[in-house]
Amino acid sequence: MKGIAVSTTVNGDAVEFVCDARETLLDVLRNHLGLTGAKEGCGTGDCGACSVLLDGQLVCSCLVLGAEVEGREIETVEGMADGDRLHPLQKRFLEHAALQCGVCTPGFLVAAKALLERNSNPSESEIRYALAGNLCRCTGYDKIVHAVHAAAGDLRRQQKARKKRKAAG
Amino acid sequence: MPEVRLFGGLRDAVDGAESVRVEGATIRELLQSLGREYPRIRERIGQGIAVSIDGVIYRDNWDQPIPEGAEVGLLLRIAGG
Amino acid sequence: MANDSKFTNQKFKLVGTRVMRPDGVDKVTGRARYGADASAPGQLVGAILRSPHAHATIRKIDTQKAEKLKGVKAVITSADLPDFTGGEGELYNVLENCMARGRALYDGHAVAAVAAVDAETARRALKLIKVDYKVLPHVTDVDEAMKPGAPVVQPVVKTKDKKAGPTNVANVTTYGHGDVDAGFGKADIIIEKSYKTEQVHQGYIEPHACLASVGPDGHGELWVTTQGPFAYRNWCATLLGMEMSQLKVTSSEIGGGFGGKTHVWIEPIALALSRKANRPVKLVMSREEVFRASGPTSPTSIDVRLGATRDGRIVAADAAMRYGNGAFPGIWGEVGAMAAWACYDIENVRSVGYEVLLNRPKVAAYRAPSAPMAAFAVESTVTLMAEALGMDPVEFRLKNAAREGTRASYGPTYGPIGIVPTLEAVKKHPHMRARLGKNQGRGVACGFWFNFGGQTCADLIIDVDGTVGLSVGTVDVGGARASLSLIAAEELGIPYEEVRCNIADTASLGHNDMTDGSRGTFSSGMATIFAARDAIEQLRVRAAKAWGIDVKNVSWKDGKAIAKGKRKSLTLKEIAEASPNTGGPISGHSQVVADGAGVSFASHICDVEVDPETGGTKVVRYTVVQDAGKAVHPDYVEGQFQGGAAQGIGWALNEEYVYGKDGRLQNPGFLDYRIPVCSDLPFIDTQILEIPNPNHPYGIRGVGETSIVPPLAAIANAVSDAAGVRMTHVPMSPPRVLAAIKASRAEKAPTG
Repeated sequence: MKGIAVSTTVNGDAVEFVCDARETLLDVLRNHLGLTGAKEGCGTGDCGACSVLLDGQLVCSCLVLGAEVEGREIETVEGMADGDRLHPLQKRFLEHAALQCGVCTPGFLVAAKALLERNSNPSESEIRYALAGNLCRCTGYDKIVHAVHAAAGDLRRQQKARKKRKAAG
Repeated sequence: MPEVRLFGGLRDAVDGAESVRVEGATIRELLQSLGREYPRIRERIGQGIAVSIDGVIYRDNWDQPIPEGAEVGLLLRIAGG
Repeated sequence: MANDSKFTNQKFKLVGTRVMRPDGVDKVTGRARYGADASAPGQLVGAILRSPHAHATIRKIDTQKAEKLKGVKAVITSADLPDFTGGEGELYNVLENCMARGRALYDGHAVAAVAAVDAETARRALKLIKVDYKVLPHVTDVDEAMKPGAPVVQPVVKTKDKKAGPTNVANVTTYGHGDVDAGFGKADIIIEKSYKTEQVHQGYIEPHACLASVGPDGHGELWVTTQGPFAYRNWCATLLGMEMSQLKVTSSEIGGGFGGKTHVWIEPIALALSRKANRPVKLVMSREEVFRASGPTSPTSIDVRLGATRDGRIVAADAAMRYGNGAFPGIWGEVGAMAAWACYDIENVRSVGYEVLLNRPKVAAYRAPSAPMAAFAVESTVTLMAEALGMDPVEFRLKNAAREGTRASYGPTYGPIGIVPTLEAVKKHPHMRARLGKNQGRGVACGFWFNFGGQTCADLIIDVDGTVGLSVGTVDVGGARASLSLIAAEELGIPYEEVRCNIADTASLGHNDMTDGSRGTFSSGMATIFAARDAIEQLRVRAAKAWGIDVKNVSWKDGKAIAKGKRKSLTLKEIAEASPNTGGPISGHSQVVADGAGVSFASHICDVEVDPETGGTKVVRYTVVQDAGKAVHPDYVEGQFQGGAAQGIGWALNEEYVYGKDGRLQNPGFLDYRIPVCSDLPFIDTQILEIPNPNHPYGIRGVGETSIVPPLAAIANAVSDAAGVRMTHVPMSPPRVLAAIKASRAEKAPTG
């Protein structure tokens, strides 16, 4: 059989696929695994619409080869919600109308998640620079920044509550 | 009989006149009258035009009545983006 | 009367509230499906071979090797696309633009296409197609194209006003009134300036994509990202020689359009491939293809002459506006000429629009097409005049603003319009009083757009559990489903959550015009209101039946039928539940040609900081003031204002098509075609004015386009203020700003 067999983890699930050596992770996610949340906006790593987390690091999946993810962990937008409970970022994006056409939204959510995992209280400037790799043509970014800021607050409160519960025993 | 002003390139179809007078109680009747009096305007109408009545532009609604004394204009049919 | 479109000035319970959009969860979880997200069993992958020459005769195309390649199921050229346009010039141009017919007219022009079992095979097949080109001289600059001796793009085109031979000027149109020469004779100050704007693209993040399937019975289905499934169906069916009802078009979610998805590019090709291969074909444009071969907007070259008297009144205005049309003639210069002076009340005014052909892609509509460039030239000159007169730029505009009764420069007399309110709001806005720092400057500008209505229909279906399905035909580009659901809920008097809005396919609803011209919420909103009222008529009849009384004694209020004079009422739920036995399913329908959309105005304020060493500009503050008539969902109206402003900022500061001497596009990608990123922009403040549109029951005006019209000029005025030199060439990228600063210093430097 031609092609490369790959075993990996996507959104916590063990996954196996066979791909051509030239196929990107984006191609694999969309065409082999049916995960069409990540979008191809440019194919050259300039728009961020294909953003995923690879071992916790933000990458453009159009710049990663399918064969490279053997034994690694991939997180996509499809894995952000906890069952039917939306992630605070997803909730706040909706509440703040931080999407119009929505095609860039999966990429932004993943990039914002990566930001908040390493910086739980980013300033406006830190949010803007962290998201500078994600292009949006509809919103002018205004409501996106507000949403990320609000979600950061939600996550800090959740973290605090968790610590309290742990301390309580 | 409404006075119809023509704007832009449409004046070519009425020999350069800035306005003409034709019968018409609705946009449809007006365009039919224009077509009869000025055959060259039929092609322009076929390509797409708009009619303004007292400053409001109508692109499709040819049943729109033309009130007595209204200011009527014939314009290019524009699309948006 | 049920279908009366006059403004009713009612108090709203739901319209105007900020609710969650119904398609939102799908979009934040990755479930929403866009053009490239659908697949069909047995599908092939389509790919297009494109001309690498800006202008060439195609002597021969040899597809034999490609056809023989294993895995290739169809190869087509224009030989497979007979002309079914019946002499309709516009449609023939579309056909020729979709696939070259004997001549390549721009770098990227489609020449052949293949459908193969996978992308890799399709790519290899393209490489095996041999095209014999005879390269011809090309022209890509608007002013160069108008010079005598310039390469002629379309030999059959002659300027209608001239008896001379073929030229690149496809048409010249003139608008205005009065006597400009006499007017200039009266002026105390005359300012003459020339401006240039480079070509930009709509820049939607989602490339064109479709899945086409034509069966052996000639019936076809097309899943496609589009602003107008009905228009796409009509064009594709005609071009393929199909009857319209044989082709069903379903719009996917759309990842941005802004006018670029109101034209067909690859869709007829995908259908033709599918028909030939007898299998579904998925055809997606790469980003490079989007830039090279889907319509950008016009590059322009504009001369403006403005005359005013010392008391601050404009007495004469004249503009010569040369708009690049790309390889096929359009009306872009004419629309620019119509929009140019629309904001002002001028006694002697003229604008002349030129349609100039170029060896560039066929120009397409981009959000208020042609108006931003016109506003750039006019509003820059208006500010220059204010400066020359020693007047405040807002006061000068107010003194000359168009009002009710003003003869518009494009012809008709204005009814009630909103430019003065937007200027008054700008005057009062705290932004105008904010302190400016070092190297900072401020600019203001106004903008105008026409807005449209159009053919619209809607079905409002009342399900047996009393919830409502609203089916509309206007694609939702940015949140309209929420607004339309609010309108339906408002009319019926039921909770917003009990309405679900769907975008219908072309087989399920009558014709709907495209979502363009700022018409989506305006038109479908109107159709929704009428459909709801139609449904209410029927609900009243059912209630009357249940009570055994005359229907004229039944009224409808707050989601209930109420019997006159009695304390009896029936909820919508109760009537729906009983519907199987009272006459069957209940639904309201409306078909309307929505007209009377009304023109709209906006005024913007912009502060920038210019680095005199790098020429780099940072936007530090931006405010949009625009009249929406009635903001059905304020979040999404704000979003339209902010989005249009952001596109204008990109156009003003960075975006441009760069063509080489070889006529090839040098920057067909997001790295070198630089649109604004998150860190480039500040928060964008918005102020929504609500001056009701008298021709809509809720007073709604279109909002989507106007906000892209002022930014080029607002930013040019701000950059000119900050840098101390007048900028006349957009985009004002760092090299241009630096060059302008250097030139102005050289001018001012003492000689000798």
